[in-house]
Amino acid sequence: MTIREYKKAESLEEAWQLNQKKPNRVLGGMIWLKMEKINVGTAIDLSGLGLDTIEETDEGFSIGAMVTLRQLELHPGLAAYTDGAVRESVRHIVGVQLRNLATVGGSIYSRFGFSDVLTMFLALNASVELYKGGIVPLAEYAQRPYDRDILVRVIVPKEDAKFCYQSVRNSQTDIPVLTCAAAKNAAGEYRFAIGARPGKAVLYTLPADAGETPELTSARFAASIRSRIKTESNMRGSAEYRNHLAGVLVKRAVKQLG
Amino acid sequence: MQINLILNGTKVSVDVAADTLLLDLVRSQGCASVKRGCETSNCGLCTVFLEDKPVLSCSVLAARADGKRVTTLEGLQEEAAEFGAFIADQGAEQCGFCNPGFIMNALALFREKESPTEEEIKEYLSGNLCRCSGYEGQLRGILNFLAWKKQKQEAAE
Repeated sequence: MTIREYKKAESLEEAWQLNQKKPNRVLGGMIWLKMEKINVGTAIDLSGLGLDTIEETDEGFSIGAMVTLRQLELHPGLAAYTDGAVRESVRHIVGVQLRNLATVGGSIYSRFGFSDVLTMFLALNASVELYKGGIVPLAEYAQRPYDRDILVRVIVPKEDAKFCYQSVRNSQTDIPVLTCAAAKNAAGEYRFAIGARPGKAVLYTLPADAGETPELTSARFAASIRSRIKTESNMRGSAEYRNHLAGVLVKRAVKQLG
Repeated sequence: MQINLILNGTKVSVDVAADTLLLDLVRSQGCASVKRGCETSNCGLCTVFLEDKPVLSCSVLAARADGKRVTTLEGLQEEAAEFGAFIADQGAEQCGFCNPGFIMNALALFREKESPTEEEIKEYLSGNLCRCSGYEGQLRGILNFLAWKKQKQEAAE
């Protein structure tokens, strides 16, 4: 990667204007961008816009695009609300030094297939706030093609729900073979986000049947998701193995969420 | 572009290109302890403190360090020597190339957690790769260092 000019944006409008030109790029933590073979015209830095805080209210969390993965990992409010699931979703990502750089905005905007962050936030029913595009549900944003809007914040609503996060990795800090974030709300409805298929995470919503035993529920969910999920093979695992893992992780999630 | 930073306690004003990486900047300023080990933001060898937080200097633009404090192993000689002796006692490393980055991140751990558990040590240092060892020597060295520090503290009380 080469960069011709560096600009610390003084406003979101300025960042957006700069980002309309094709060779220009917004910087997140620069982890993946650095490894791309590209010539960037102007690198747009959002780090002077106060987007590096997590705000918690009774309604939810507002997470600035420049918040680092390490901030997510250490935030007591997020840990309490998700029963440690957010911490679990990021703690395997390479190392502390990388997580002190990598940003929520960079992870969510990039919508990488292997993204633990995307998987987690899908299950949290999050939305993204775009400078021009307004608030968009993450499940919809995840499917959109890359555009030139600026991702400002990620919004997590508080609901009466429980969460858990699991990933399978060939070694502790590698990219995952499969990710699974799950939620169960007060109405007994379950959500499962499954990523690293290796395609990007997809979200499934399944209603529980009150007359069913937990064992039957977990078996039914696992079978349902295994029949619907599209997995593929790569160097980390085969499509068949991933399909099998999806069933295992869904069952474990149901067991954990009760 | 001209940037100003505080490198190991000293004000530095340098002219950098838009895509100069912090790693190359600190090395050009004589901080040869900072190593480039992988080019894929994975090995931890280039660890420096940016505003007291450990970061991969290979993945930070020098421009982003403008107005900030940067600390490398060169600026932490006393602390590093004290802890490093315990790693040396174990003969933990062979080539030593990963040592400066490892010591930097270990010092960051000790600043965050006074008495980390073995699990916490492994988790915090999992982003520091060493290709000669199996990490067992380093772990023993860390545990001995922590025990020694605790003893010293208790003796002082």
